[in-house]
Amino acid sequence: MSSADVKLQINGQAYTVNTEPRKLLSDVIREECGLTGTHVGCEHGVCGACTVLLDGRPARSCLVFAIQCEGMPITTIEAMAQDGKLTTLQQALHEEHGLQCGFCTPGILITLDSYLAENPHPSEDEIREALSGNLCRCTGYRNIIRAER
Amino acid sequence: MTRAETIPTTPTRERPETPVSTPGRVGESTTRADGVPKVTGEFEYSSDLWMDGMLYGATLRSPHPHANIWSVDTSEAEAVPGIFAVLTHEDVPGRKVCGMEVPDQPVLAWERVRYQGEPIALVAADHPETARRALEKISVEYEVLDPITDAEEAMREDTPKLHLSGNLLRHIHVVHGDVDTAEADVVVEGEYEVGMQDQAFLGPESGLAVPDGRGGVDLYISTQWLHIDRDQVAESLGLEPDQVRLHLSGVGGAFGGREDLSMQIHSCLLALHTGRPVKMMYNREESFYGHVHRHPARMRYEHGATRDGKLVYIKARLVFDGGAYASSSNAVCLNAGTFACGPYDVPNALVDSYMLYTNNPPCGAMRGFGAVQVCFAHEAQMDKLAKALGMDPVELRIKNAIKPGDRFPFGQEVPPPAPVAELLERLKAMPMPEEEDITGRDLRRLPGGVSNVTHGEGVRRGVGYAVGYKNVGFSAGFDDYSTAKVTLSVEGGEPLVRVHTAAAEVGQGIVTLEAQIARTELGVNKIAVLPADTSIDSAGSTSASRQSYVTGAAVKAACEAVREKVFARVREEFGEDPDGLSIEDGNVVAEGHGIVVPLAELLDGEEIGELVKYRHKPTYPLDENGQGDAHVQFAFAAQRAIVEVDEELGLVRVVEVATTQDVGKAMNPQALEGQIEGGIAQGLGLALLEEIQVKEGRIQNASFTDYLLPTILDMPPVKMEILELADPDAPYGLKGVGEPPTIASTPAIVAALRDATGRELNRVPVKPEHIVGISGPTGQPPQPGSRGPAAERA
Repeated sequence: MSSADVKLQINGQAYTVNTEPRKLLSDVIREECGLTGTHVGCEHGVCGACTVLLDGRPARSCLVFAIQCEGMPITTIEAMAQDGKLTTLQQALHEEHGLQCGFCTPGILITLDSYLAENPHPSEDEIREALSGNLCRCTGYRNIIRAER
Repeated sequence: MTRAETIPTTPTRERPETPVSTPGRVGESTTRADGVPKVTGEFEYSSDLWMDGMLYGATLRSPHPHANIWSVDTSEAEAVPGIFAVLTHEDVPGRKVCGMEVPDQPVLAWERVRYQGEPIALVAADHPETARRALEKISVEYEVLDPITDAEEAMREDTPKLHLSGNLLRHIHVVHGDVDTAEADVVVEGEYEVGMQDQAFLGPESGLAVPDGRGGVDLYISTQWLHIDRDQVAESLGLEPDQVRLHLSGVGGAFGGREDLSMQIHSCLLALHTGRPVKMMYNREESFYGHVHRHPARMRYEHGATRDGKLVYIKARLVFDGGAYASSSNAVCLNAGTFACGPYDVPNALVDSYMLYTNNPPCGAMRGFGAVQVCFAHEAQMDKLAKALGMDPVELRIKNAIKPGDRFPFGQEVPPPAPVAELLERLKAMPMPEEEDITGRDLRRLPGGVSNVTHGEGVRRGVGYAVGYKNVGFSAGFDDYSTAKVTLSVEGGEPLVRVHTAAAEVGQGIVTLEAQIARTELGVNKIAVLPADTSIDSAGSTSASRQSYVTGAAVKAACEAVREKVFARVREEFGEDPDGLSIEDGNVVAEGHGIVVPLAELLDGEEIGELVKYRHKPTYPLDENGQGDAHVQFAFAAQRAIVEVDEELGLVRVVEVATTQDVGKAMNPQALEGQIEGGIAQGLGLALLEEIQVKEGRIQNASFTDYLLPTILDMPPVKMEILELADPDAPYGLKGVGEPPTIASTPAIVAALRDATGRELNRVPVKPEHIVGISGPTGQPPQPGSRGPAAERA
């Protein structure tokens, strides 16, 4: 187990993490950087709870090694609200009960936020497709769709 | 073996600050008290817990479903650098078994393992990977035994016994009227099967145990019932209950799967042996082995009715596979036995509900436990009966619907409200969705979606109905109670109400509901719901749809007690008659002449606190004929499902689910919608997707790649109509709401599939091969020459 210095840019901040090259980005974000808003639900890219922005695009942080992400800006849920002010989407999810246990919520917010930036007026079918890779076990998804609309 | 190299100081964990909120009042849609931290990522789940100097625990589990253990050698594991403890059953100082209803499960196995994944040994290491590697160095000498994997086989006399008590865990025998002399014009029979469903909460099991340096321990854990965990941990550690303090950590969903212990005792054992905080965290695969599942069931039914559609008798034989240990199988067997006939008035019934031990994974609580399985069967039978009678299936149900004053087959009088007929009538009257032309449709609106496999040639539409019901709260004489402490104080010049209970918030919204009740009853705008822990007495389990009722009632009663004290003081100081007083916006107000005194002034720096223990009215165990006032409240829901099926490809699209449900009182309407829709999603999962595949006692699909959950694309629009018929015994008249949606949706969806395909479909989940008829529902190939009713219709 030889470790290496991995340099990451997360939420505009530089982190140098001494870790094994095979450590997953999700684990580094949570364990080394202490950003526990990124959740791990299945560890193999199915549930979407660990979604972060990698170079501006949504990616499952459990499917890449941290060392692969050097030089790419990474954004996690912690950077979404600015100065403690929720974004419109966060506010909507909160107000419309688009969450219950909330474990899937950060992944859903990152995925949707990025999608809406490119598609500001999606149809319901389009929202569903955009979120088809994020599992939620509590809400039945309806309130998530309501929140978005 | 224990090696403690450093004796760290173990400070009490600092907990996040309790949020103060201004919730809506009872009956208003209001946002969740934990909503903001959940959308910002700040909410602390048990998997996020961290302490300096903590060790990582890991569990060695049996690879065999059934084996004798001849020896466990831990010496090589102990020698791994970074290992601080390797523990076996010999290191359990107190009771070596645990269990919610029956203490029959070893904390760590000795002599014998009874299911694949059964814990045998524990390690604690300074790195999670070191812990996992050390597990590989523990050598266990097994004598592999043939597993008993079939509940019917387990019941046979000549089958070896898995427990000293035998393989029959429970038998409920319900005799109502006399089925032998009952004469029916029309008889229908059926055999039904339900597969093993997983709760599949998204946040896997995790917890952090912190030794207090005085022989006791604090455990931060995601669970459904802090006190039953606490009692079991204390028993097995050989400690007094007050030496074990449990604190609810953020829970990533539960649905019954966190009612039993996972690592509660294990992590505390490791923490006390090492003198260090120990964190344990299952990954998804281990989670499948680390909690109980929904019981698979095989159910045989016979329904007899008169020619004009009145039920004459029902016979049911239900066989449940409880797996290796008891968990909450007793309650599941009771529920199934009492609800087997459905919400119908039937003069004669004979029900035998059997629960067996096998070497399959242990099964226990999951949303709708016991009622889900029988509802699938009794609703299929009602459809079959309607077909045999040439009657409309909804009309048949309405004709036989149970109503207040009738007797359930288990002898209890049906209490009001029980609006089964009204729910069905309203459901039937709800508008059907417009039928969209198949040709030219967006692919996303076809069965199979964007995989672009069907173009509509073989697509048929079907409509199905079902009605389900279930008890709310704990039954059959269980001392079911909750405890609440409500304290009124003044902080920063403003009145503040603190509410403290041990009720586990697992996502359902109990924290918000407690705050709504406090605001409603005490007229104060600032409410803080304190973290749930064992420093207050039990709130009972977050299960059986009971928390809003039981903890809701406890909080309400505690608020009323505080209010009485406030009014007594107002009478003393101002001579006002308490009968005309109320509290509004933090001021005591007298009817007719306005503000008497602001609370801030009245309290003058003092606090008023009241602790209340609330019990609902008593229930009683069933007698030998399965008769008794076993349940406290009944909740009903009816559903209509519309499906489109590609008969050639076996693909299904659920077009819409419509539901009517009596909730007594919609406490937080928007949260209620979420509960109902989420419940329907889980019923849809059982109907079409979700099954733990167990072969020879081994789980074949312990991952989210292979265990399929409904995605947003699988979930149809839901229409709902909510009835609020108050239960006079419940706080605000409310009824438990979490389970009925899950119970009714599985049979409604399958009924719609039968309507579309004409096939019998007597097993859930329904798979594509069942729809196209490649294999029969129980794995039998279709008879040669049989074209199936669908083909005949075409």
